[in-house]
Amino acid sequence: MFSNLDLQKLVFGRLTLEAIPYHEPILLITFAMVAIGGGALLGVITYYKAWAYLWTDWFTSVDHKKIGIMYVVLAIVMLVRGFSDALLMRAQQAISFGDNQGYLPPHHYDQVFTAHGVIMIFFMAMPFVTGLMNFVVPLQIGARDVAFPFLNNFSFWMTVGGAITIMLSLFVGEFARTGWLAYPPLSEGTFSPGVGVDYYIWALQIAGIGTTLSGINLIATIVKMRAPGMTMMKMPIFVWTSLCTNVLIVAAFPILTAVLVLLSLDRYVGTHFFSNDLGGNPMMYINLIWIWGHPEVYILILPAFGIFSEVTSTFSGKRLFGYASMVYATVVITILSYLVWLHHFFTMGSGASVNSFFGITTMIISIPTGAKIFNWLFTMYRGRIRYELPMMWTVAFIITFVIGGMTGVMLAVPPADFMLHNGLFLIAHFHNVIIGGVVFGLMAGVSYWFPKAFGFRLNEFWGHMSFWFWVVGFYFAFMPLYVLGFMGVTRRLSHFDDPSLQIWFVIAAFGALLIAVGIASFIIQIVVSFRNREALADLTGDPWHGRTLEWSTASPPPDYNFAFTPMVHDLDTWADMKKRGYVRPLEGYKPIHMPKNTGAGAILSAFATIFGFAMIWYIWWLAALALFAILVTAIGHTFNYRRDFYIPAEEVVATEGRRSQLLAEHA
Amino acid sequence: MSATPAAHGAASEETHHSTHGGNDHAASHGTMKGYMTGFLLSVVLTAIPFWLVMGHVFSDTHLTAVFVMVLAAVQIVVHMVYFLHMNTKSEGGWTMLALIFTMIIVVITLAGSIWVMSHLNTNMMPMTQHDMREMP
Amino acid sequence: MTHPSTPTADGEALAFYVAEDAHAEGSTMLGFWIYLMSDCLIFAVLFATFGVLGRNYAAGPSAAELFELPTVALNTAMLLLSSITFGFAMLAMEKEKLRTTLVWMAITGLFGMAFVGLELNEFAHLIHDGATPQRSAFLSSFFTLVGTHGLHVSVGLIWIVTLMVQLGLYGLNPANKRRLMCLSMFWHFLDVVWIGVFSFVYLVSVLQ
Repeated sequence: MFSNLDLQKLVFGRLTLEAIPYHEPILLITFAMVAIGGGALLGVITYYKAWAYLWTDWFTSVDHKKIGIMYVVLAIVMLVRGFSDALLMRAQQAISFGDNQGYLPPHHYDQVFTAHGVIMIFFMAMPFVTGLMNFVVPLQIGARDVAFPFLNNFSFWMTVGGAITIMLSLFVGEFARTGWLAYPPLSEGTFSPGVGVDYYIWALQIAGIGTTLSGINLIATIVKMRAPGMTMMKMPIFVWTSLCTNVLIVAAFPILTAVLVLLSLDRYVGTHFFSNDLGGNPMMYINLIWIWGHPEVYILILPAFGIFSEVTSTFSGKRLFGYASMVYATVVITILSYLVWLHHFFTMGSGASVNSFFGITTMIISIPTGAKIFNWLFTMYRGRIRYELPMMWTVAFIITFVIGGMTGVMLAVPPADFMLHNGLFLIAHFHNVIIGGVVFGLMAGVSYWFPKAFGFRLNEFWGHMSFWFWVVGFYFAFMPLYVLGFMGVTRRLSHFDDPSLQIWFVIAAFGALLIAVGIASFIIQIVVSFRNREALADLTGDPWHGRTLEWSTASPPPDYNFAFTPMVHDLDTWADMKKRGYVRPLEGYKPIHMPKNTGAGAILSAFATIFGFAMIWYIWWLAALALFAILVTAIGHTFNYRRDFYIPAEEVVATEGRRSQLLAEHA
Repeated sequence: MSATPAAHGAASEETHHSTHGGNDHAASHGTMKGYMTGFLLSVVLTAIPFWLVMGHVFSDTHLTAVFVMVLAAVQIVVHMVYFLHMNTKSEGGWTMLALIFTMIIVVITLAGSIWVMSHLNTNMMPMTQHDMREMP
Repeated sequence: MTHPSTPTADGEALAFYVAEDAHAEGSTMLGFWIYLMSDCLIFAVLFATFGVLGRNYAAGPSAAELFELPTVALNTAMLLLSSITFGFAMLAMEKEKLRTTLVWMAITGLFGMAFVGLELNEFAHLIHDGATPQRSAFLSSFFTLVGTHGLHVSVGLIWIVTLMVQLGLYGLNPANKRRLMCLSMFWHFLDVVWIGVFSFVYLVSVLQ
């Protein structure tokens, strides 16, 4: 016979009504807002009877373009979530001085900064980068899809599963209070017995599977599916940086997966990998996670470098200066990024030999990065520069990133790092490179490829608003943190005693508000552009006088991307084709072989998310059931041998005919 | 495993894959002779280290450890060549490139972790008389 | 294949597109190989962890006291034999002999099951003697590394059974052959990892 308590434990694990934070007004308001907003969205979708459309045309789609767009949408949603965390922190630190304790209690503040870091890296930057690579790479290499289209859909939904898991932690239970890398021993069961760290682990594990698989997918795509004639040294530079990024993903994310497995074993089984007792060693976790963590930085920045290269070359109307050196610099960064991880924990106390080795490798890695900066400058030199929005982001990047790079080299000096470690100088440095590098790059990429994806350009006025508020806001928000860092202020504090520091935090909070306006302008820009899409329409498929193959097809591209597989003769293929007087073929269309849509990816990821949730709350029966369902669905899916179909020639003729008409009208 | 898809895929493949390096059809899945050679070598290379350790052949355990690790490395190469059919030509050399890159990362992870972690306590206060005497 | 050429401005005739619909279907083996490489890095982390924590006995039992090398040798033999029998299955597949392929796969599966069974037996003995994963960092890293390998072998066994069913249903069609080749790579890869396990974890650890 079970007592009441036993039965409840058996059915719900450690999930009780207490886990719903109805006693916390901030969370309650957030929940109300999310519920109203989400409810309204679902209502609108239902009202317009769009569910079937979304499911068949988007959710189950294996089209790399649609998956890429869905990744970016996910990233923008998570950007808003992660940025609200940033605003909460800036507001707390601006007021919490002396007797004023601010409005966030420490246990809540700690969750906010942890969630901010985790969301911004794993669920904003990663999906954004993956989304852009997914959309652009097959188009740039003249392919019709990625190498494994189903896997692509599955990867996307796993990323969504991870994002859902982390969002759930807001309203059911709590999130980790450990900082974004969940260092032990704090993250061990002894010191963090709640569900927070478990949410962290499972959100990252579920999303990590997706990330690793999409890395494998894109490597295979780039290696095997390039158009005939496109040798390695004729690949667009964005494809090169994507290749290196995905190599880094495949070689780094398994390390994260394994480390998190070890941490979960410590928490769930009671092993002693990172505990303080019985032979465990917390520093081993820090060592291993940074072997993943440093390449991760380059996973984010390399695609941004690729975007800037494409943008600079296009808007300067010139070939990229030093293409070969750019490629070599990228490859060198890829390998060197595995030799610098210890600079994240110089203060561990390893001796001169170890610290100086990693200090020197860190300084060396700035050399290829510097070479890239010069390549962009020389590309612009004597170019016919058009200051369209993507180019503005690029110029802002060059200036901002150089500052971030130099503060990085300062941190590479071990004695200096002993002073600056865990301080606000470090926070300022990595926001300097991640916002100034990655985010500016992603914004440049979005404004550059948006017309390709949707067939109309983005509104310029709101684009300029977004740009100026972002850039100025960035300097207001983070330059004060450099100052505070030099004053010795450490990170992750929710309260300060010294009133002389307050002014700097107020300036930083003001900067964060400017960035908020920048983000709002970006969203307004999309809405305004959508409403004026007729006027902003891009009929040619080549709105920027582009140089690479994605501009040779229609905007938005047809499902099959290219009616005929292009043949490549030179770098900057599309510019080369235009120069040599390429004429668009108008007949001879053949049926096109394409992969079929499938819902298996979304279903598998739903089960994986349920599995994660059950593990977090110790609902063992549900975990077992979900695992069984995953196994059955996965095996069942392998019995489906008919995964492709042909687009009939007539359909290709019709699609291409419509494009001919548009081109004729335009001319 | 090199030429796998082309071997039973569309015939048109060969013509247009010319740019991606050759697909060699011969010996794609190995031969009886290859498998048996690999097997016999593996048996020998497995037997020796077990014998070295279980029979206490060398009195110096460090020497034994080095021998065991070297033999393991040799056996891994044997498996790669005879069972996994690694060569520089399959998939236009990409499998070999991937393997070499992975091996570099594996060595960095293994050797790097052990090196870093063995220096964990370098800057700690000396805990014993012996440590104190070793101080610079 | 024809290359429709367009006369260009500077007089030379260049083809800008391929008129035939040529689709490359050859990414599976490379993709699977890259997956194996990523799996290899998971094992690298587990090996590194064992390398760093493997001597932290925490006053508990040491490797020399616990490991029984004859059992390990038997286990190694099972896996090695399963590798060669899978090789025979692949040779039979080359010759389009469906039944021989299935027989060799079944034998491979039996060797694999014997391996997993022996390993579980070893684990049971260790736990019975109080050498649980919770006892010391050495035992935590030992159980995790060897257990992860065993888990992979178990997944391989499920895969063998699934593929045997699919071969029985649909025969040696191109898709099934491709899957067999992936499974073959997976299986041999696990054997390679095991070389590291028996050398680095068992043999070197028992040396005092």
